[in-house]
Amino acid sequence: MSTDPAEADRAESRAVDWRPGADLAALRLRAGLLAEVRAFFAERGVLEVETPLLGATGTTDLHIESLWLRDGAATFYLQSSPEHAMKRLLAAGSGPIYQLTRAFRAGEVGRLHNREFTILEWYRPGFDLDALMDETEALLARLMGERPRRRTSLREALVAATGIDPLVDDDTALRERCRPLVGDVADGLDRDDCIDLLLSHVVQPALGAGIVTVRGFPASRAAQARLAADDSRVAARFEVFVDGVEVGNAYHELIDAAEMAARFAADRAERARRGRPDVPADDRLVAALDHGLPDCCGIAMGFDRLVMLAAGANDLDSVCTFHGARA
Amino acid sequence: MATYSTNEFKSGLKLMMDGDPFSIIENEFVKPGKGQAFNRVKLRNLKTGRVIERTFKSGESVEAADVVEVPMQYLYNDGEAWYFMHEESFEQYPADKNVVGDAANWLKEQDVCDIMLWNGSPIGVSPPNFVVLKITETDPGVRGDTASGATKPATVETGAVVKVPLFVDEGELIKIDTRTGEYVSRVKE
Repeated sequence: MSTDPAEADRAESRAVDWRPGADLAALRLRAGLLAEVRAFFAERGVLEVETPLLGATGTTDLHIESLWLRDGAATFYLQSSPEHAMKRLLAAGSGPIYQLTRAFRAGEVGRLHNREFTILEWYRPGFDLDALMDETEALLARLMGERPRRRTSLREALVAATGIDPLVDDDTALRERCRPLVGDVADGLDRDDCIDLLLSHVVQPALGAGIVTVRGFPASRAAQARLAADDSRVAARFEVFVDGVEVGNAYHELIDAAEMAARFAADRAERARRGRPDVPADDRLVAALDHGLPDCCGIAMGFDRLVMLAAGANDLDSVCTFHGARA
Repeated sequence: MATYSTNEFKSGLKLMMDGDPFSIIENEFVKPGKGQAFNRVKLRNLKTGRVIERTFKSGESVEAADVVEVPMQYLYNDGEAWYFMHEESFEQYPADKNVVGDAANWLKEQDVCDIMLWNGSPIGVSPPNFVVLKITETDPGVRGDTASGATKPATVETGAVVKVPLFVDEGELIKIDTRTGEYVSRVKE
């Protein structure tokens, strides 16, 4: 056994895992995809923009917790998406815009999540959801090659995979369908939780290969989407999946300032009821909507997941430099 | 009561569920786009060895299990229990057949094993990866046959039966990999 102290130090530094999760091929793939995204939007006349990572407010969304920091007495929220800032640009007359930036979400770390990730977000004035679906599918095909495409609704997918109709069946039926999956945890689930559980545990694995868009999420999960014109039980939203992995979330954007202010207030009241941290409402976003947000659709995509799928990998760690505990 | 929040979940963490201690094998964080997050977890029941899957709402807390692994010296078997001694406190811990399980095949007096204690009581015994045991019974050795690869059964001092090469003889010591139960080599006394 060696007693050389330098050798002992070297042995110790070998024991510390300092290496990146991604290999050189993954780094090159990522760089190539970033360039491809920029070329795609340049060809279509969509302007690249940058907005701050630190904002005076964060999201009030019940299922997203913000990370925040202090500068002197001021609190800044690390943005969970560039949504609010980009809508203020749209209201100021930017026209179609996209952004590739970092977004932050507390507590989200796993095979397909990280508290810090690269987000691709873009907005299209004048587009409806069908037009945005076309563009989303075109971008995905460009980044990872042609794949089978399928469009469905949450209702159709849930009925097919679980026998549950989210628009008709009562809360008891939903809970009983969840019980075999989670046991007594089912008793603590509300209607939306049950739908989320069935979606992640049963529907998603059954979506199959290729690009699948799913529309018709419940109105209670509208977030900042308007409600569907023909059915107020559902939001004008879609999610897009590649090989069963969720990669994007799109809205026909809510443009009604009063409704936006009311949703912020409802989120904050529900946060207070559940004992969750309060987040100030974004008055500047409400003011921008009051001034006038053009009728538009927008979508946010998890760029790291796109790299993962293009690489044929099945965890983010292998396509990110320093994922999770490596950071 | 110590608890773990789901965001502390990782493999190896010991939890109490339905009155039994469990160890996390795999933890998957799942979260639909705008919805409730869940932790989908594979766990091993440390008493029965059975593996189950369980889903928790993210943010929930779960009671921690007081489970530790302690190296102890195996002392003797009195026909009902196997006795192990803590190497520092010299305290003795009896473990019955259910707890010792297949490890009984490889327990030799004075060998040091890892004993899993739950609330201070043994619930599992891991023998050393390699043990040296004496052959008490086998067919006579075939001299010089070191190449054919053929084997024969041999009973060792613990009563376990191991496949050994034909040239190995009664009374010899052999090294065994306890994880596979396979013969590794002859050992000179």
